[in-house]
Amino acid sequence: MKDLNLLVRLRPVAFIAVLLAIWQVAVMRHPGQLLPSPWQVVGGLADLLRHGLLFKYVVASLFRVTWGFGLAVILAIPLGLIIGWYHRADTALGPVIEVLRPISPLAWIPIAILWFGVGDLSAIFLIFLGSFFPLLLTAINAVRSIPDVYVNAGRNFGLRPLDLIHRVLYPAVIPQLLIGLRISLGVAWLVVVAAEMIAVNSGLGFLIVDARNAGNRYDLVVAGMVVIGVIGLLLDMAMRSLEKVKSFRWSYSED
Amino acid sequence: MWPLVAFALLLAAWHFAVIWTGTKVLPSPLEVKNGLAELLQEHVLWNDIQDSLRRVVIGFGLAALLGIPLGLTLGWYPGANKVVNPVIQILRPISPIAWIPVAILFLGVGDHAATSLIFLGAFFPIVVSCVDGVNNVPSVFRRAGRNFGLSPLQLLGRVVFPAALPQIIVGLRIAFGIAWLVVVAAEMVAVDSGLGYLIIDSRNSGKRYDLVVAAMLLIGIIGLALDFLFRGLERVKSVRWGFRHES
Amino acid sequence: MSTQTAGQHSSTRASTDTAKLSTHSLGMVFHRSGETIPVLENINLAVADGEFVCLLGPSGCGKSTLLNTMAGFLSPTSGEVRVDNEIVQGPDPRRIFVFQERGVFPWLTVEGNIAFGLANLTRQERDRRIAHYVQMVGLQGFEKAYPSELSGGMKQRLEVARALAVNPDMLLLDEPFGALDSITRLTMRHELLRIWQAERKTIVFVTHDIDEAVQLADRVVVMSARPASIRQIVTIDIPHPRDISSARYLELRDGIFAQIGLAHKI
Repeated sequence: MKDLNLLVRLRPVAFIAVLLAIWQVAVMRHPGQLLPSPWQVVGGLADLLRHGLLFKYVVASLFRVTWGFGLAVILAIPLGLIIGWYHRADTALGPVIEVLRPISPLAWIPIAILWFGVGDLSAIFLIFLGSFFPLLLTAINAVRSIPDVYVNAGRNFGLRPLDLIHRVLYPAVIPQLLIGLRISLGVAWLVVVAAEMIAVNSGLGFLIVDARNAGNRYDLVVAGMVVIGVIGLLLDMAMRSLEKVKSFRWSYSED
Repeated sequence: MWPLVAFALLLAAWHFAVIWTGTKVLPSPLEVKNGLAELLQEHVLWNDIQDSLRRVVIGFGLAALLGIPLGLTLGWYPGANKVVNPVIQILRPISPIAWIPVAILFLGVGDHAATSLIFLGAFFPIVVSCVDGVNNVPSVFRRAGRNFGLSPLQLLGRVVFPAALPQIIVGLRIAFGIAWLVVVAAEMVAVDSGLGYLIIDSRNSGKRYDLVVAAMLLIGIIGLALDFLFRGLERVKSVRWGFRHES
Repeated sequence: MSTQTAGQHSSTRASTDTAKLSTHSLGMVFHRSGETIPVLENINLAVADGEFVCLLGPSGCGKSTLLNTMAGFLSPTSGEVRVDNEIVQGPDPRRIFVFQERGVFPWLTVEGNIAFGLANLTRQERDRRIAHYVQMVGLQGFEKAYPSELSGGMKQRLEVARALAVNPDMLLLDEPFGALDSITRLTMRHELLRIWQAERKTIVFVTHDIDEAVQLADRVVVMSARPASIRQIVTIDIPHPRDISSARYLELRDGIFAQIGLAHKI
């Protein structure tokens, strides 16, 4: 029985291996064209590691994401909670938010470059914008969906407003906030790559654009893409593990 | 009433901020309005809007056409899902924008590159939401379907698909939003027409920031309008049950 | 205790050969996260054609599990279920299961739901049946309505109509009135009996409400707590319509109360 289990576990790996093999064969059959084979990509990765570029760029990208995302969290969540709590604020600001929301952060790029020039600040600004609205909306929705029962129970037990926030509001919104954080982090990671392609001179996004412009090094381009994918996946998994922490799980046991 | 007040206040704040700081870099609301009027009068704007919309529709349409059947299949056959899912999870976080050089490599600068990027951006959310939709169909419905003697294929078509439809539509709406985001990015880099290109071009050829902001607002408004269309879909009676509506 | 003797006889009124549905030494064991949980133990039951049988027991005792094995959604870990003397292999339109209102398909109208199992009929026949059952369950005027526009009681009636429309041999109802308020419940019991007397289907009805069981059933199968076995089968020999203040009714009811071990005064 144990062998069968192992076999089943290996199937996805086998599938990936098959895809890689097809890719490798396809490239080998068309010599002289630019798309690298999996093997060449590995070589590209090794290249980057050797020159210390990989580490440097990964750190640069993560740095910007941390700042941009962090700022968004600090601003958007309290603001969102307040807007969600006070009905008037919601009806007043709701439409404004709805209009600003669909403007892709990337459309802000010229403004970013205008205000902050080409560099870190531009990227951080764009990441901030990209994460701000999803977080804001998540916080607003999280507060709106708190069942009245909880609030009333809190009031019934004589909680003062500050206590109410701390002991009823906060635990009630945490599960949804975590999901929102995970999704916004994904968006932030998406935006940093785009921002770096256009508005800065370092980082993984820049690596992709630069590797192509300076010599059609497509092995480095794809290597960069792979690294982006892997880091994005790791970030997502890290956030999911947060969601699994037991004291946050109560909302998932409903139904 | 209140939304208008808030809106007006923000506009006023914007306007005065520009005047007081005497800044040359941020256009005032008035300038933006004029810029918008200028764009609307030029025939080119309509072409740009059409181009952007066309790419989104084609890219998104393809993603839906391929993604929905794939998602339904993966949701229906958990075995297949276990095999394919890791690949999806690895490819999904790679922003479509990171695919740009590869797209340009294969398809050159132009429409096809942009459309394929939009396809990539919309494809994964659609597949994932279909899989989730199928998995979240309450077992009551499946049991009832089997009880009435439906074959597995009939079960999929007459019970699972309608039951999963609300979630699939939400996935489509989100994917469409992403598609709209990607088209702007793709047009900034890989083509020479469309709203994204308009933004880059206005800046590059003459630092016309009033036009830049005007175009940004336009992008926002069109994106919003399209989102509304999708929400309209959610109100169709045979799907409406799956959505919580605000009273 | 005269009730004991009156109730105790004929635990298998129908012999197993002529029974519509019969279970033979049926047992059910669940395996959940490494633990073995016995749910049903040695259930031997025979239900005659056209009979109304209630499975009565506390929540969680396994009566729903028993019903599910009868319907064919679950396979028993030991023993077997037979319908018309054939072993039950899986769900079948001849034995329609009625869930607690959640079983109604929300994306279909009332008509659509009732027509669900009727795909093989001609248009005319289908329309005729829909009209007939809409009438029977009292949903006239709501044919084009969606379940989200119906009350709980109406949804339940819709589900019964849908079940009856395919003309099954048996109806298996799993606490169908549990989600309704107690006044609606009384009405629904009346409706169900009316339909049963009109169509004479075999009915197996799961409930935890003693009064409900005594009001509805020909025989009440009293089940123990988990692992569930049959404690007693009580025959309710009062003809319909039953007077719930009659001495006989109270006698039978009290007998079951005592059997389950419940106090007489609250």
